Amino acid sequence: MIFGLSVVFVLTSILTVAGALAAALLKNLVHCALSLTVTFAGLALLYLQLDAQFAGFSQILVYIGAVAILVVFAILLTRGSGIPEYRSYSSSWLAGVAIAAGVFALLAWAVVTSLPASPASAAPQVSVQQIGQALMSGYVLPLEIVAVLLTVALIGAVIVAMPEASKGDAK
Amino acid sequence: MSQSSPFWTNFDQVFVLLRHWIESFFPLWLQPAVGTVLGVVAIVAAFPGIFALTTVLERKGLGRMQNRLGPNRVGPLGILQPVADGIKSLTKEDIVPLTADAAVHFLAPVVLVIAVFLGFAVLPIGRNMVLANLDAGLLFFFAIGASTELSVFMAGWSSRNKYSLLGAMRAVAQMISYEVPLLLSSVVAVMIAGSLSTVKIVEAQSGFTGIFPHWYVFTPWGFAGFALFVVAALAETNRSPFDLPEGESELVAGYFTEYSGFKFALFFLGEYLGMFSIAGFAITLFLGGWGAPLSILGFVPSWAWFFAKLFCAIAFFIWLRGTLPRLRQDQLMNFAWKFMLPMSLLNLLVAGAWRFLGEGWSRWVFGSAVLLLAYGLLGRVLMRHQHLGARSYRYAD
Repeated sequence: MIFGLSVVFVLTSILTVAGALAAALLKNLVHCALSLTVTFAGLALLYLQLDAQFAGFSQILVYIGAVAILVVFAILLTRGSGIPEYRSYSSSWLAGVAIAAGVFALLAWAVVTSLPASPASAAPQVSVQQIGQALMSGYVLPLEIVAVLLTVALIGAVIVAMPEASKGDAK
Repeated sequence: MSQSSPFWTNFDQVFVLLRHWIESFFPLWLQPAVGTVLGVVAIVAAFPGIFALTTVLERKGLGRMQNRLGPNRVGPLGILQPVADGIKSLTKEDIVPLTADAAVHFLAPVVLVIAVFLGFAVLPIGRNMVLANLDAGLLFFFAIGASTELSVFMAGWSSRNKYSLLGAMRAVAQMISYEVPLLLSSVVAVMIAGSLSTVKIVEAQSGFTGIFPHWYVFTPWGFAGFALFVVAALAETNRSPFDLPEGESELVAGYFTEYSGFKFALFFLGEYLGMFSIAGFAITLFLGGWGAPLSILGFVPSWAWFFAKLFCAIAFFIWLRGTLPRLRQDQLMNFAWKFMLPMSLLNLLVAGAWRFLGEGWSRWVFGSAVLLLAYGLLGRVLMRHQHLGARSYRYAD
């Protein structure tokens, strides 16, 4: 125990914060993306320490399996990832700092105001089955809205990728 | 069943008893840790052993299919070939290209092997023989499997080689496309078993009707799910006929072109271990896990059944590799999104109907009819646009 925190927690937090710092400070964009993946993994480990198996594994599946790959693909498809050609301190860094501070303040305010008055005495035991039942009963409307949103995104992607046959004929 | 005589029960639990015996030498507070370490050691020893055996079996089998002998010089019948291969890969020079990103280049095979080994943690290889019986075991396996994609990308990108990068892009696109049907086809087993825990899924299939087992593969949705799972698993592990990412005739070796020596061996190991773990999950989800195929064969230990099924799966993979030609990239993608995805979504519906139609013949007729009809219609519609015939070349006429 260090300052009332377990050693494992301290180690995972250091890993998570170090990954986030590296993602912000490294010069090479692909290196940044890979360090961001370390942060995602660290967050997943934090969830697992809190006995939130489902959240932890979903974090790995969605963020490392999909979001990180998406980020990396976006980097490769948009600009040369070989040579780092721009500085990390650009002229707009002041605005960047202001936005980051604003977002952080908003999130921190939301977290602090939503905290319960007294810490929970014991960690709640939530099984995957309970999460499934909650999703299928109380939260079925949000779930369906997310499903519709994803379907719209999928159809939109297909339409964007579709060859424009009619315009080609008109030429 | 094996419970009838104490000898067979002990034989079935021999590894569990061995673990308890070794644990008993340690103080009580250390015993859980020692048990975990023993389980890890067993996995790290057993599956690479099977890998060594598989390399020689695969080369022998492919040799037979291609009308040649295969390796037959090292040891009797060439059985010691993996030892020679191991020594060779250990003593080879480790070449890192001058322009390569050294750190990422080094990390890629390490990340791959670690992720693949983690997948075995939730695989039940026998009665009471699972390293971690997680409540969300199946989700854990797929989460870990998804992170192997990143190591493939790391390898391809860090090599600074166009073939490597092309292979990595192909591999990632293919793995993402086939992950969707892989997940959806395994969901049917979860729906019927009512649990994401691999141990509970195996237990749900452990009954017998007469002498025949209650494996999920013997139901309409189970058979469709199993077939879809196996095809998606072949693509996930980059096995033939989905081995475009490696494509030795076009891409040299894809994302591990620039790897040599032991790092190359690690990629090789990771790829085969990935194949074993995904085959193990196909067995767990649809083929009754460690259960016996006939009730009268219950006396054979559970782990023996698991490994027998695993070797059958390996033989099937080798057979496919020797039989099928490699697909084209567009065929691969079309197959994933236009055939596999609709079929696996429909299979979810059939599994739900199976659950709510209740016992009786109606669910068999409904499930089989829907799946067969969809298979026939989908195949017909998709084949209409295939324009099968002599190949036309755009540039090379």
